[in-house]
Amino acid sequence: MNGSRNGWVAVSTWDPSRIYDVLVLGGGNAALCAALSARPAGCSVLIVESSPAHFRGGNSRHTRNLRCMHDAPADVLTDTYSEGEYWEDLLKVTGGRTNERLARMTIRHTATCRAWMATHGVRFQPSLGGTLHVSRTNAFFLGGGKALINAYYRAAEAMDVHVAYDTEVVQLNLDNGVFRSALVVSGGETHEIRAKTVIACAGGFESNLEWLKEAWGPVADNFLIRGTPFNTGRVLKALQEQGATSIGDPTQGHCVAIDARSPKFDGGICTRVDCVSLGIVVNEHAERFYDEGEDFWPKRYAIWGRLVAGQPNQIAYSIIDAKSIGKFMPPVYPPYRGETLADIAQALGIDADRLQRTVATFNSAVSAGTFDHTVLDDCHTEGLAPPKTHWARCIDTPPYFAYPLRPGLTFTYLGVEIDECARVVFEDGKPSRNVFAAGEIMAGNVLGEGYLAGIGMSIGTTFGRIAGEEAARHVRA
Amino acid sequence: MSAPRGLPVVLVAEGQRMASICNACRYCEGYCAVFPAIERRLSFAEGDLGYLANLCHNCGSCYSACQYAPPHEFALNLPRLLADVRIATYEKYAWPDALARLLRQSGVVTSVVLVACVLVLVAAMMIFVDPPVLLRAHADADGAFYAVIPHRAMAWSFGAVFAFVIVALGVGAVRFWRDTDERVRDLANPVPWGQSIADALKLKYLGGGGEGCTYPDDRPSHARRWFHHFTFYGFMLCFAATSVATVYHYALGWSAPYPFWSAPVLLGTAGGLGLVIGPLGLLWLRGRRDPALAPSDDGGMDIAFLLLLLMAAASGLALLAMREMAGMPIVLVLHLAIVMALFLTVPYGKGVHGVYRLVALLRYHLERRRPLPELGSE
Repeated sequence: MNGSRNGWVAVSTWDPSRIYDVLVLGGGNAALCAALSARPAGCSVLIVESSPAHFRGGNSRHTRNLRCMHDAPADVLTDTYSEGEYWEDLLKVTGGRTNERLARMTIRHTATCRAWMATHGVRFQPSLGGTLHVSRTNAFFLGGGKALINAYYRAAEAMDVHVAYDTEVVQLNLDNGVFRSALVVSGGETHEIRAKTVIACAGGFESNLEWLKEAWGPVADNFLIRGTPFNTGRVLKALQEQGATSIGDPTQGHCVAIDARSPKFDGGICTRVDCVSLGIVVNEHAERFYDEGEDFWPKRYAIWGRLVAGQPNQIAYSIIDAKSIGKFMPPVYPPYRGETLADIAQALGIDADRLQRTVATFNSAVSAGTFDHTVLDDCHTEGLAPPKTHWARCIDTPPYFAYPLRPGLTFTYLGVEIDECARVVFEDGKPSRNVFAAGEIMAGNVLGEGYLAGIGMSIGTTFGRIAGEEAARHVRA
Repeated sequence: MSAPRGLPVVLVAEGQRMASICNACRYCEGYCAVFPAIERRLSFAEGDLGYLANLCHNCGSCYSACQYAPPHEFALNLPRLLADVRIATYEKYAWPDALARLLRQSGVVTSVVLVACVLVLVAAMMIFVDPPVLLRAHADADGAFYAVIPHRAMAWSFGAVFAFVIVALGVGAVRFWRDTDERVRDLANPVPWGQSIADALKLKYLGGGGEGCTYPDDRPSHARRWFHHFTFYGFMLCFAATSVATVYHYALGWSAPYPFWSAPVLLGTAGGLGLVIGPLGLLWLRGRRDPALAPSDDGGMDIAFLLLLLMAAASGLALLAMREMAGMPIVLVLHLAIVMALFLTVPYGKGVHGVYRLVALLRYHLERRRPLPELGSE
């Protein structure tokens, strides 16, 4: 199969009969970093991507930046972000559920990896409008994650890395932790691909609704999957079945509250709703359930998915009044709008009396302060449970607006354990000779809980490159 | 001036839907002026969409990088939508109103105008010039071109057409400006003028944020920018050649034809070469571009304009090469007819784009001077 593009669309280039040196399962950031690291060492490389070319790149399509340590201001990054501070941030969000050695490898690698990324066509830009809070810590990709993925595929194509699109891995054949071959289905045909090494970069299981239900129970039916529909966890499950050591908790993941009207899959960044801290959030019984003003929104959005998941029917409504319009990043869907709270309640299909009561109780608990959304201001409630500790202003100025919220799962943390060479550790505690893993499928080693913006790409880039280099070393040994 | 006609409702609704997605996503902010302009807004009125459309160069970088591009269910294709809106704005602001419809059929209209110009000029020559004059060679010493067509006839006819074109483009620009809500007195500030003219002259927004745009395919390239530079600067050199020649004629009393090493001929030759290379390159790239970027229906305006530029340049160069040969009068008539058709169709074809782009850039640099809306962090 020759030629890697048909006009503007990339097409598959691979030879099912060949024994590849390195077989990369998955086609996102970690997979491409692995391929681009193994190929220059002289290895033949095949990437097996389960999605069609249009949707290649897994969740990396939806990313936009990389969290980077730096000891001085550097191109698109302001000020400094030391290894120590990065580590402290990670420790804080994970509550200690991290492997310090692997975490520090990741952190240190981010100090230098941007130059390597640039040689493969990735371009950086200063932080986007509305993201000033990460201008110090995160390097943004020009054009976002899909532009990065496109650049990596172009680089891979230029160095004759083979790619099989629309090809799903259905079985891994291992002998005591040693990889032999993989069965894949492509165009309705099953092929056995033999390779000297395999690198699993196939992501988590967030788009496998059955598996989500196993982990979360029936509430998972109401989850929206913010990322790719192709992360079904098949490779992860196959590795587990072959005795790879699991790491992480199946109910841990990056789960934010997103607009309930978003697509079931693949809604990405623009499904976010950023007005939670400006108003109140109620459940379908029109009751508040958590402090909306606990902290700055960028520090809190990652807990709201879980909070909404805990509400009846996994639905909630962010309600604001006219005072807040124009004060938050514009969401993609227009809000429900009403001249009275009763109108809003009717539009949302919740009880109008209860909503009015909830708002009245909230309003009477608001103590006067000086509203300032850029600081933790002194506008708070008194004698209210749950309280609103900042930015509490009466909801009293029509028209009123509401955004419906659902849990939006971006990625899961359950994965396989690896060592410093990105080799998968099997149940006997020994790392495999020729099975490597990188990206979301092993992110749980570093990020066992919580979320730190841009660290997914840091982990994928670091261990993708390590896995590629180590696989090449194994092939040449 | 009557009130401008509105853009099609469906186009406006679709534009608002797409711009809202872009405004919530913002990943393409670094590519061009369209996205920073989107981010200044919470909603998108018809005038805003026309403005965004004329900021967009249809370079395709955002489409190539778009996580929501088809077959994603959001089916986001901003460059194509803006191309449709852009063409609709040409029609909306065109003057006189009765001729606005010509923009829908620009390819046909251009062909008809070209044929008409050729017929009229040939007929005029048959009537006013002795047949033997038409068929023999004319040495430069005989006054060459003016032996065929008197200078005064040429100057008056082209002068009148040029004046009409300037008025038509000017009215369009004013109508577009009125839809922007910007204040006229802010135009007194030279800084935004300088910035927008510099952006236009550099084609800054065909730069894809630095490494070139994804046109014609997804590999970043500056090819389109360079071919456009050949075209535009080629045109400007030809324009300069004519201007210098006008000064020679009226101020200095020097009559054409001028020697090969004279300023008008050198400028015209360089410009003519640019106008051959540029349009050929643009046509070639256009044929290879991702079909997804093409507007639904441009009425043939792109190709008609490029072909006309190419024909004007090629016939001008041929005229230079043949100016003392027997076929010169025929080539001269053809060249003049092509140039006449080119000018006449500028306000009703692709030729208008420069004016609206400049006004859009001016608005961009005016609004950039104002603070951004105060949005909280996402």
